[in-house]
Amino acid sequence: MVNYIWAGMAITGVIYAMINGTMDQVNKAIFSSASDAVTLSIGLISVLVFWLGLMRVAEKANILSGLSKVCKPFISKLFPDIPKDHPAMGYILSNFIANLFGLGNAATPMGIKAMKEMKSLSNSDVASRSMITFLVINTSSLTLVPTTVIAIRMQYNSQAPTEIVATTIIATFITTITAILIDRLFYWRRVRNHKK
Amino acid sequence: MNIITIISTWIIPCMVMLVLVTATLKRLPTYELFVEGGKEGVKMAVSLLPFLLGMIVSIAIFRSSGALDALIGLLQPVLATVGIPSDIAPLAFTRPISGTAALAITAELIKVHGPESFIGRLASTMQGSTDTTFYIITVYFGAVGIHKMGDALKVGLLADIIGIITSIIVVSIVFLQ
Repeated sequence: MVNYIWAGMAITGVIYAMINGTMDQVNKAIFSSASDAVTLSIGLISVLVFWLGLMRVAEKANILSGLSKVCKPFISKLFPDIPKDHPAMGYILSNFIANLFGLGNAATPMGIKAMKEMKSLSNSDVASRSMITFLVINTSSLTLVPTTVIAIRMQYNSQAPTEIVATTIIATFITTITAILIDRLFYWRRVRNHKK
Repeated sequence: MNIITIISTWIIPCMVMLVLVTATLKRLPTYELFVEGGKEGVKMAVSLLPFLLGMIVSIAIFRSSGALDALIGLLQPVLATVGIPSDIAPLAFTRPISGTAALAITAELIKVHGPESFIGRLASTMQGSTDTTFYIITVYFGAVGIHKMGDALKVGLLADIIGIITSIIVVSIVFLQ
């Protein structure tokens, strides 16, 4: 599916540019966005090195496994196919906590680490059940305090920049719960289709 | 609110301290472990580059050609009949595809309509309550080499649609007396 979307966006864009005479912008966008992507990836090095370094220390000090023990009952319900004392649990939990506090730059390295651990469990190039659940929870966002949005509102002289915190939390909560339910629904459908 | 801001600034430095104190008490070689783990980060960022670049370039072609705007314009009347304000449609469409573009649209909507307007509040809520699905899927699956994504993209995009609808309903109920 991702192959079709990826090629589809580029093909549609070029054809649209042919018809509407925006080829000049497209030509420029290809190279400026490619250079943006490099800047973004290089920028990721700083947070990845820092967090993965610190997490290695935490892992060896048994902090991660301790953390996953505390939240075992809750997380193991969400990810039934991960063994309870597996390090993946610790990384999943760290990713969720980082997301809740709006620490986007800490959430990504821990999320990637969690995916690596989950891959070591499934040992194939097909997304496992828990990987999909984990991604869906991440894409539906877990933010408690949308700091960037508050900053923008302050910039435009908002009288109450934080008035949207409550609506954001409510919307996030409902969306995440629904996303988990949809994920379960798709999982059951997969199991059923597999049996047929 | 203030307490949450304080927690957000204190949590990382305190975490660093906590991890290092625990590891030192256990007589672990902290610095060597940090360097060893950090090396993995360099490899990871480099291996991510082609995944990110490919996705970002494709999105840029789609946006810069004007095709995205045309698609949004086409769908606006349809969305309006379901109760989605046409001003918010560009944000709703861009949010799952590009984080930076969505942020720019949010800022523009807040600037034009005012932070205390219905559109301003809705844009703020929408920006905060969903995430960039394409980015997350590209980065997480790209980093660990997953080629068959299963239902991840479908479920992720469905969750985005629900996020948009939920934001509209919640903001309508909370802010319209």
